Amino acid sequence: MLTYIIRRLLISIPALLLIAFVIFMLLELAPGDPMASMPLTIPAEVKQQMREALGLGEPWWVRFPLWLKQFFIVEPAYWIDSAFGTDLAGGQQRIISFQSRSPVFDTIAERMPQTLWVVGMSYVVGVAIALPVGIISAYRQYSVFDQAGTFVSMIGFSVPPFFSGVLLIVIFSVSLGWLPSIYDTTHSVTDWDSFVFQLRQMVMPVMVLALQTTAQISRYMRAAMLDNLGQDYVRTARAKGMSERIVVLKHVLRNSMIPVITVIALGIPSIFGGAIITEQIFKVNGLGQLLIIALQGNDIPMVMTLTFLFAVLIVMFNLIADVLYGVFDPRIRYD
Amino acid sequence: MTENTANPPLPAGDPTAPVVDRNQWWDVWAQFRSHKGAMAGLIFLVGITLFCLVGPWLWGIDPTTLDIRNKDLRPIVNALWGVENVSWAHPFGTDNLGRDIMAQTMQGGRISLAVGWTAMILAIVIGTFIGVVAGYFPRLDGLLMRLTDLFLALPLLPLLLVMMLLFRDPLRAAFGPEEGIFILIVIGIGITSWMQTARIVRGDVLALKEREYVLAARSIGTPSRRVITRHLLPNVLSPIMVSATLGLATAIITESAVSFLGLGFPPDYPTWGKLLADAVPRMVSFPERVIWPGLAISLTVLAVNYIGDGLRDALDPRIRGQ
Repeated sequence: MLTYIIRRLLISIPALLLIAFVIFMLLELAPGDPMASMPLTIPAEVKQQMREALGLGEPWWVRFPLWLKQFFIVEPAYWIDSAFGTDLAGGQQRIISFQSRSPVFDTIAERMPQTLWVVGMSYVVGVAIALPVGIISAYRQYSVFDQAGTFVSMIGFSVPPFFSGVLLIVIFSVSLGWLPSIYDTTHSVTDWDSFVFQLRQMVMPVMVLALQTTAQISRYMRAAMLDNLGQDYVRTARAKGMSERIVVLKHVLRNSMIPVITVIALGIPSIFGGAIITEQIFKVNGLGQLLIIALQGNDIPMVMTLTFLFAVLIVMFNLIADVLYGVFDPRIRYD
Repeated sequence: MTENTANPPLPAGDPTAPVVDRNQWWDVWAQFRSHKGAMAGLIFLVGITLFCLVGPWLWGIDPTTLDIRNKDLRPIVNALWGVENVSWAHPFGTDNLGRDIMAQTMQGGRISLAVGWTAMILAIVIGTFIGVVAGYFPRLDGLLMRLTDLFLALPLLPLLLVMMLLFRDPLRAAFGPEEGIFILIVIGIGITSWMQTARIVRGDVLALKEREYVLAARSIGTPSRRVITRHLLPNVLSPIMVSATLGLATAIITESAVSFLGLGFPPDYPTWGKLLADAVPRMVSFPERVIWPGLAISLTVLAVNYIGDGLRDALDPRIRGQ
């Protein structure tokens, strides 16, 4: 197993480099100009100097390795410095945003908690709803509950978050006035009332994202349970006189969780993509909104770094899913 | 089994018995019709397609006409509870510039459906091509599957947004404002959603090409091109059709999402996603303007998903006839 993990990690390095190169070249080929929003009165040679000051004067084969060095060496060095008080970075140039002129990673660190709170919470809620729904749907196949579950997950697949979110706002904020429609990120939890406020403002974005998660994972859970419920070992367990509870929740559930866990792991990166839209609707200033602002402002270092971070997440969770599969299913041998 | 009661077996050797020409697609259609959700989906999809294609023709109001005296009309249902501000001339109401919302919904549907279908066809063509080539030619398999893995590891929505923003101006200059964006968005969605199809097709082709009939075809000297088009493609058609319905649903949602984020078509060119996005700032006073395009998107996608469900059952010969 360890050799497998090491091998996979080694393979993912060239894959990530290739992905970084693809994203970099896409941004490089694009004709967008960060100087486009500057006033027209600035003379051409001054604009050229400004462009060089942003590091755009060099050809791509100089800038791409430089970006890689900044991302993989300089930024972690700064990170270690701030954590342990060392001086590894030695004042080297960090990745600087064109828009805010501050290090990209400082902005990302500011935005990360909001995204993690909303996205992470929604994923936890979605999984927590999906698993029981899937189990009951499979155990009572074709019952009313199962039909309803199928219908709700069909809706979860079909209603895009930018409609379900807006619909929730229309119902719960505009008509009923129960919940705030805008996520207030400056709010800090100090006492019970502020905690309740935090809960109320998180309910809608979390539910919108959780609907998508629930739709997907409850289907996988149901299918996996159905596969296992028909197996011989289930009949054996029942024949031994074990209670239905033990048979379903211990024998069948454990075996059904194997594929579902990998699906849960694989879904984590894609939920960050979905958060781009949800954050836009509820005005959460998280990573997704940061990406949209950076795109609109032609902030190439920010876009590059964020997109690459999403790619790192995908590669990482693919690896985690494969490893989990091997850990939980002793029939899988990777060596 | 109801098969025997419905079709009593004809007496053998009776020359006068009518020869019923039943090919495979009639069976598929019969099975498809028995799936209620899929039939409802199909009827809805045909209905909304006709609404968008034929509707503007019958309705006759141009979606971009400004009628500032009749701005902000409410939908006609509001007359039931005595809202004054309605008119039979604009049953869906009008927006803040007096543009007819029904005409806009029709026009938006045309664009959204056109983008969805074209992008789906592009994705299916790319996916099928790569899947067949990778499955049939072992030498190319490794390379093409690594390429598929690479695409699967890309963060697709961010990259699509990047592409939309960065390439819109040159394409606009080259093909005109609307056509340029149309080409861009179709290609963008197409090249970011072919991977699942390619994987499914490759898997099926790998299994099919070891079958005896392919071996027989090869042994009488059929060239690879002919083996693929005559023997392999017809047999992988069912998974392709199922993934085509999924592709159509995701393409419509992706286009709406891009339009919703303000990176799609130009402002005066409505699509469902764009109408929804434009209505959001004023949804406190006019919630119905959010509902129409949102319902159109959701119901269309729901219909397509149900059609996919029905197709999957209808194309599976193990389920058919039960």
